[in-house]
Order: sequence, then structure tokens, then C-alpha cells
Amino acid sequence: MTPHTATDVAAPPDRTEARVPLRLVAHARAGDKGNRLNLALVCRTPEAFPLIAAQVTAERVAALFAARRPGLVVRYDLPNLCAFNFVLDDVLDGGVNASLGLDGHGKSLSFLLLALEVRVPADLVRALAPPAAATAAPATPRP
Amino acid sequence: MAEGPDALVRIGSGAGFAGDRRDAAVPVVEMLRALDGPRYLIFETLAERTLALCQLARRQDPERGYSPALEGFLAPVLERCLASGIRIVGNFGAANPVAGARRIAAMARALGRAPRIAVVDGADLAGRLDPEGFAAREVGGRLLAGHPMPVSADAYLGARPIADALDAGADIVVTGRVADPALALGPLMHAFGWRDDDWDLLAAGTLAGHLLECGSQVSGGYFADPGIKDVPGLDEVGFPVAEIAADGSFVIGKPPGTGGRIDRFTVTEQILYEIHDPAAYLTPDVVLDVTGVRVAEVGVDRVRVSGARGRPRPETLKATVCVEAGHLAEAEISYAGPGAAGRARLAADVVLARLARRAPGLAVRVDAIGIASLFNDTAGAALAAAFPESRAEDVRLRFSAQSTDTAALGLLLDEVEALYCAGPAGGAGVRRHLTPRLASASCLVERDLVTPAMSLLGPEAAP
Repeated sequence: MTPHTATDVAAPPDRTEARVPLRLVAHARAGDKGNRLNLALVCRTPEAFPLIAAQVTAERVAALFAARRPGLVVRYDLPNLCAFNFVLDDVLDGGVNASLGLDGHGKSLSFLLLALEVRVPADLVRALAPPAAATAAPATPRP
Repeated sequence: MAEGPDALVRIGSGAGFAGDRRDAAVPVVEMLRALDGPRYLIFETLAERTLALCQLARRQDPERGYSPALEGFLAPVLERCLASGIRIVGNFGAANPVAGARRIAAMARALGRAPRIAVVDGADLAGRLDPEGFAAREVGGRLLAGHPMPVSADAYLGARPIADALDAGADIVVTGRVADPALALGPLMHAFGWRDDDWDLLAAGTLAGHLLECGSQVSGGYFADPGIKDVPGLDEVGFPVAEIAADGSFVIGKPPGTGGRIDRFTVTEQILYEIHDPAAYLTPDVVLDVTGVRVAEVGVDRVRVSGARGRPRPETLKATVCVEAGHLAEAEISYAGPGAAGRARLAADVVLARLARRAPGLAVRVDAIGIASLFNDTAGAALAAAFPESRAEDVRLRFSAQSTDTAALGLLLDEVEALYCAGPAGGAGVRRHLTPRLASASCLVERDLVTPAMSLLGPEAAP
């Protein structure tokens, strides 16, 4: 009987996709100037860059912020920095000195962006998932 | 001037905003003391609205109007900086840099020292334009039209007067409104002798300043997301120190023994902080292009940044203009336990129904903390969608309105408080606040309307 080696038990490359929050593959930082918000979106790994470029479009981000009626949403791509910059006009309720809301700076809105769902290869999910989130990824069977 | 091609200039950040930790600069100064060569400590303490508040303070007392944070930031480090040749640059002069400089002179005198203190003034646009002139120059132009004279109007000055102050031998430079990155670019122009049209060098120095001006935001602050982005020692996060070379490239590090983290992720987030077009970040000194910037981890908590490009500075200067805008009323009440969301929703309906009769013109925003607040919108669409489904069992209801009609705002506060007895069951923890509001707008002004001025404080100045 041939003993199993590590190579034998390693799974073949998993080409299936999982739907995960953007937070698993990227992180974000919000900044404000007046009534304009910018969201820097930084890839946690270079493999995330093309996924985000294809899926997190300016149109999709505008739809995510639709309740705030953005005037214009622009995405700038920064392959050198493995990052993107989203600029959203007129979404801060007039800005920090005019907003009636608690977050006139829009500082929390980076996490609204990070809640967006993206399709990611299951392999990448496993590589990036923290212990707690790993069980939530559909590609990993629950015990 | 920094000697030789290998000379490094070191700039540490002591504060990234007026509310920053008062003891953050102490480890930065300890690190700088152990090093040779030109060393600077910079403080950024002015939010958009701060200048208007300081202008109001100055009207009450001509010796006030500098940042109320000035003493708190300087007291822990002033003596050691002066003893070690660490020069200080801060915008804590706010609406009254000369008074701020006099206050620092008095603090130094109490320590038995007499430093050379320079004042950078000239940002204040009062008297340079009338209300119509400001309104005509407003970006997006909605707030200022028809408004009386602004409370404050200040242009963002560039780095040149700071460099001039250091050229003149200042140990401490006190400014009012300057572009935040200029706090670092000024020392670099002085130390390396960069000219006003060395665009790529000015861009590099501006990028260094941009990464330093928010303090710990580059070194682990505003970053931690447990399980995804962990930051060790956030309770003692180390503020950044940049080592800048004559070619403008630099390494961002932090004091040994402090918490926080510096890597390509923290630095990249901060490179893009408050940036719009990454190819054109407008400052008074240069137009910065970060699209070619490279970020490399060169050691533990050490990141090298290079590749900034610059283009000629804009023709106009940005100015922040503040006008009085009535008051902001905020009132809160909480509901907890089974049915909390339903009781909170009823409470909101009760308050809005009564205000519709008693203060019909008042626009009230309602948030429900625990259901929809930060991600809610002023029209309340997100909350309206979430309320019927919500099973939240700890809900804080928040009402807010802004008006010049303080009687109407008082009615809102009273109606929320009245929920204690006359509202749904179990309403608890009412808090109510009425605070003056200053609205701000951005203007673009011609450079010839602004006269930056640098002067050294005379030895007789300390009060």
C-alpha cells in the first residue's frame, strides 16, 4: 500500500467562485473635503486588483450610494499602488459643517463600500479568510 | 542647509488634528534627540471650522485666537526640543499667530529659554473681498450668496514663508492657515535649498508632508479592523518620523518601542487620503501626481516612498470661508428589550406628528442607532426600510435639526424630552444639545489678493 503524501491529499486548484464581502479582498479609507467623499480601496493581495477592476465599477458604487444622490462618481485606478480611488460628489449631506447626521465626515462609509459583494475564486478566499470568516465562505464546507 | 548628498532631514509628527493625543510627540522627540542632522517636529491642529471658532475667540480677547490646543501639545516637549535643536513648525497660530507666538515665548521664558520664534501671517482675507466677492469665488457656489460678511475667510498659504522663517534662524515657526503638507515642505525647502520651481522635489516634499500631517493615520491609526487588519499596541501608537533624502525620496518610520504598524498597506491608504484625482492633488506650492509613486517595505515598520511627480502650482489659492448658520439641535432617547424597535418607531412618529403641528417649517432628521444611523440618509429612506423588519433590542433614537429659529429648535428638544412620560413605554436616557453652527465653503482666490508675511517675534514680545 502506497502511503499518502502531502501531494496526494492536496486538493486540485479550486476554480469555483465564492460570493464574499469586498472586505475580504480589500481594505478602505474614507476622506472628506466639503461635500465630496473619497474612498481609497487598497487590495490585500495583487490577485484582487483585476477582480475589483472588473466588478467594483463606478456605476456599481453609485448604485450603492444611491440614497445619498451622488452628483458624480469617478473611479481612478492605481496599479502601481494596487489600489483604487473612488470620488463621490455631493454625498455628505453638505459636509461636516452642514450635515444633520452623526457622520458628516463620512468616515464610516468606507465600510459601506466594503460590504459590497464580489465574486472571488475559492482559493483566494481560503488564502485571505481570517479564522472566523473562513467558516462563512461557501467554498469551505461547514463541519 | 543639509550637508552632502547623503544628508537626511528628519521630520516627526506631533499631532494630526486638534483633538490628537497630547503625549504623542514625546516618543517622537526622544527618537529625534538620538539622531544627528536637521530635525523638525510638526503639528497640524486646524480643521476647516477651527479658524472661525478662533476668530470669534479673538474678537472677545485680542490675545486669544490661537489654537486652544497649543499649550497642551507644546508643554510636554518644548524644553527637550529647544535643548536638542529640534525645530518646531505648527499651524497652531490659527486666527492669531502673533498671539500664539507670544504665548510660546512666555512658555519658553518660564523654562529659562529665549528661542527665536517666527510668525507666518497673511492667510486672513478679511477686508480683501466683500461678501459678494467671496460669493462670486465660491466653488460650487451655493452657500455664500446673499450671506453677510463671513466669520472667517482664510487662504491656504504655501511652504515658502515657512522656509523663509527657518532661513532667518527661527527655532519655532507659528503659522495660521497653511496647506497642511507645507508644514513639512517648508523645512525641506529650507534644509535642501529647493527652489520654488523644482516641481518634482516640491511634489516629493508635499507627499512626505501629506503622509505626516495626519499623525498616526500612516502608522496604524484609523486602520485597525480586527481579524483583517490587526494593529499591535494601538493604545500607544507611534507617530511617524520621515527621513527625507535630497532627491525627495523618503522612508516613513516611527519611534522604537511604540505601538502601531507601518507597511505598504497603512502607507497606501494614507497616500490616497482626501485625494481626488491622484494625478492632480492641488496645493499652493505644486500639483502633486501620485500615480507613479512606489511603496517598498525596507524594514520592520519602515516604508520607502519614491516616484512623486510635480507640475507647476495652480494660479489660484483655495480659501475656506465660514459663515454663521444658526444652531444645531440634537436630542436622543433609548429603548431596549423586546419590541424596542417598534417602540422607537412609535416615538419617532409621535415627535414628528407633534412638530408638524407646532413647528411646521422645521426639517427634522431621525436616526435609530442600532438600526440605521451612520448609513442612514437625511431623507430617512434607509431607516424607513429597516424599521418594519428590525428586531433590534437596544435602540437609541436621535433627532436633529438646524435652523436660525431657535424657538422651533427648542420645541424639538422639548418634544423629545416629553417622551419620558408621554411617549411609548420604557423610554430612557434623554440627552439634548443646542450648539451654534458655522457653515463652511471653499473659494478660489487670485494669488495677488493674498500677501504671505513672515516676521520674527521681538525679544520684548513675551507678555
